[in-house]
Amino acid sequence: MLKSRQDLKALTERAREALQKEKLRILICAGTGCVANGSLGVYEAFREELAKRGLSYKVELVHEEDNAGTALNISGCHGFCQMGPLVRFEPEGVLYLKVKKEDVPEIIEEHIVHNRPVERLLYHHPVTGQVVAREEDIPFYQNQVRVALELCGLVNPEDINDYLAHGGYQALEKVLFEMTPEDVIKEIMDSGLRGRGGAGFPTGRKWAFARSAVGDKKYVICNGDEGDPGAFMDRSVMEGAPHRVLEGMMIAGYAIGADEGYIYVRAEYPLAVKRLKKAVADAEALGFLGDNILGSGFAFRIHIKEGAGAFVCGEETALIASIEGQRGMPRPRPPFPAQSGLWGCPTIINNVETLANVAPIITRGAGWFKQYGTPTSPGTKTFALAGQVAHTGLVEVPMGITLREVVFNIGGGLRDGKEFKAVQIGGPSGGCLTEEHLDLPLDFDSLQKVGAMIGSGGMVVIGQDSCMVEVAKFFMTFVQNESCGKCVPCREGTRRMLELLTKITQGKATEEDLLLLEELALVVKDGALCGLGKTAPNPVLTTLRYFRDEYEAHVREKKCPAGVCKALLSYFIDQEKCRGCGLCARSCPVEAISGEKKQPHNIDQVKCIKCGTCMEKCKFGAVYTA
Amino acid sequence: MEGTGRKFEKLQEIIARHEGKVSHLIAILQEVQQEYRYLPEEVLTYIATALNIPPAVVYGVATFYAQFSLVPKGKYVIRVCDGTACHVRGSEPIHFALRKELGLAEGQQTTDDLQFTVETVSCLGACGLAPVVTINDREVHGQMTTEDVLRVLRAIKAGESQEERREAHA
Repeated sequence: MLKSRQDLKALTERAREALQKEKLRILICAGTGCVANGSLGVYEAFREELAKRGLSYKVELVHEEDNAGTALNISGCHGFCQMGPLVRFEPEGVLYLKVKKEDVPEIIEEHIVHNRPVERLLYHHPVTGQVVAREEDIPFYQNQVRVALELCGLVNPEDINDYLAHGGYQALEKVLFEMTPEDVIKEIMDSGLRGRGGAGFPTGRKWAFARSAVGDKKYVICNGDEGDPGAFMDRSVMEGAPHRVLEGMMIAGYAIGADEGYIYVRAEYPLAVKRLKKAVADAEALGFLGDNILGSGFAFRIHIKEGAGAFVCGEETALIASIEGQRGMPRPRPPFPAQSGLWGCPTIINNVETLANVAPIITRGAGWFKQYGTPTSPGTKTFALAGQVAHTGLVEVPMGITLREVVFNIGGGLRDGKEFKAVQIGGPSGGCLTEEHLDLPLDFDSLQKVGAMIGSGGMVVIGQDSCMVEVAKFFMTFVQNESCGKCVPCREGTRRMLELLTKITQGKATEEDLLLLEELALVVKDGALCGLGKTAPNPVLTTLRYFRDEYEAHVREKKCPAGVCKALLSYFIDQEKCRGCGLCARSCPVEAISGEKKQPHNIDQVKCIKCGTCMEKCKFGAVYTA
Repeated sequence: MEGTGRKFEKLQEIIARHEGKVSHLIAILQEVQQEYRYLPEEVLTYIATALNIPPAVVYGVATFYAQFSLVPKGKYVIRVCDGTACHVRGSEPIHFALRKELGLAEGQQTTDDLQFTVETVSCLGACGLAPVVTINDREVHGQMTTEDVLRVLRAIKAGESQEERREAHA
């Protein structure tokens, strides 16, 4: 238990020394992605193989009877999930990709015994074939600037000493012993940090409101209810550097005068819950949480609350209701949570990524933070790059970088030679950006101007073979499902919009339907109670704005230009390719296919239900759609 | 009934662990569901009485959150992620293939023998591995195709663990 600043300094010193003594550190990624690909088996294989060869190693940083120079650790997410399981060797920073347990003996023999990397497991440039050994030199990482994610992939998320050795809890120490709460708020305000959860509200101002709110009891809530489909940066931070989040919350608590905090995590993130619980227990054991922290007189406690699967709980007032044990439904604001939040007390709610930025701003200063990004959107932003892009994963870049840079340089362009069509940014609250926006700077204000938003930072790349009406329908289905039902515009409006979109994709819509859809979208946008409802029409509005011709093709010509909407397709049999085997006719559920044996078959368009079974069954590729 | 008595004993234990706090209702329901694989109606009423709140409040919370189920789920809950990334990489055909293989009728999520439940989930946050399928929230299978997912399903039916399946796959 650390009772004073000196105790902390001594322990940090010990952790740093232990880290310096390490000659070799093997880091095996244990983020959700790599675990799914079998990284825990790789970890076990390393343990077995090292033991078999009589090589001593340690799994905890600070260890009493330790003189092994080799450390074997798990790490958080590196972001390059597609290439997992990832294994990193420190100090050189060599990164091995797609490591299987069978590769482990070779890695140990070559890398550790003979000190030469195993080339076949390194990154190979897909075009030039160039081999890259160091993680930092891989094109995916070259244009990234990591602040919120800087420790993910480098520290063992389950070892608090490792966090200390990497500068952890230094910001808390500085705040408790060298700064007043007002100083802290001023520093955050000067940094220009804006909320990374979606709306981009200045964090410092939020804290100042809560500081000045009257109340004996105040709360800090960390919003880890990352519900936007396609976003996973918060998950990675909670899994990869959980203490960073705790430290940010403690500093926020000190700044506003709160002594209790809650982390609200989605139930879909079991690993994040486990790591956070361990982090809280370890922080309590060392005295970073509890009464009289480090002898400063400041007291703070953190509880973990698991969500139960409701997108709307990412909205702050709904989240508060959920923590209180109720249905997660939003309420009108004002009063804002900073005045009346959890159990009626002044409360601040910050997103995970926002809180992960707090400690570095405190230790390195607002000026350092502002060197990245744009004047109105300083700092960096993480984006979850997914969809039809060559390199999927988590990237962190300075605000203001262009979309082209992210998709084509970092993401390596589209996969399988597909052609770029759009980027859906910000999840169901965001919008679509097209080719004309590729050189648009990615920051809060520029995106707002074109009808989209950064949102939580989900970035799904869409190729020419996707139908934008179908994409809009996909999001509307999602929002409709997740609408809590409290206010009429959202409850009824999203349902009617979904009906209209379904009609369009089925080729049953008229020109009036298209106008009605647009009108409804604007009504929902203006009339809904909470952020979820107000932003729900964005995917429809942006696709209508940039891909109106696709909507019109569905309505006027009853055609889906991308060939996605099944109801608008007709199945035909290529008379040249058909061998007359009869397999399609036998598998057709409605007996729509006929033909003589060994003669080309035909599909009766009246009977056909467009199930696609014939196409699936045909061994000669003779069935086609038009 | 002896069976019912034992059922409520476990329930009482869970409620006691949460000190009967109304603010812990969601956590209580989560633990109860873990125990019984769903939330039986009489259990909801029991919780309401124990927490001294109207049954409508408990029912309201239980029906609000997607995680809770008022009907029994299968021994294996297969969740197909249908987040944006998975959707554009073909999660729908995977979902259909599973439903077809298990012979699920429209609107039916659980097989009649209570072995399998197939459901979709909005996003598991493993977008880098899209499309993703999980089994009982523990096993995560990434970069699935319809063939892959059917292989996984058949292996479960044959009683193999994920580790064995991965080896067979590799």
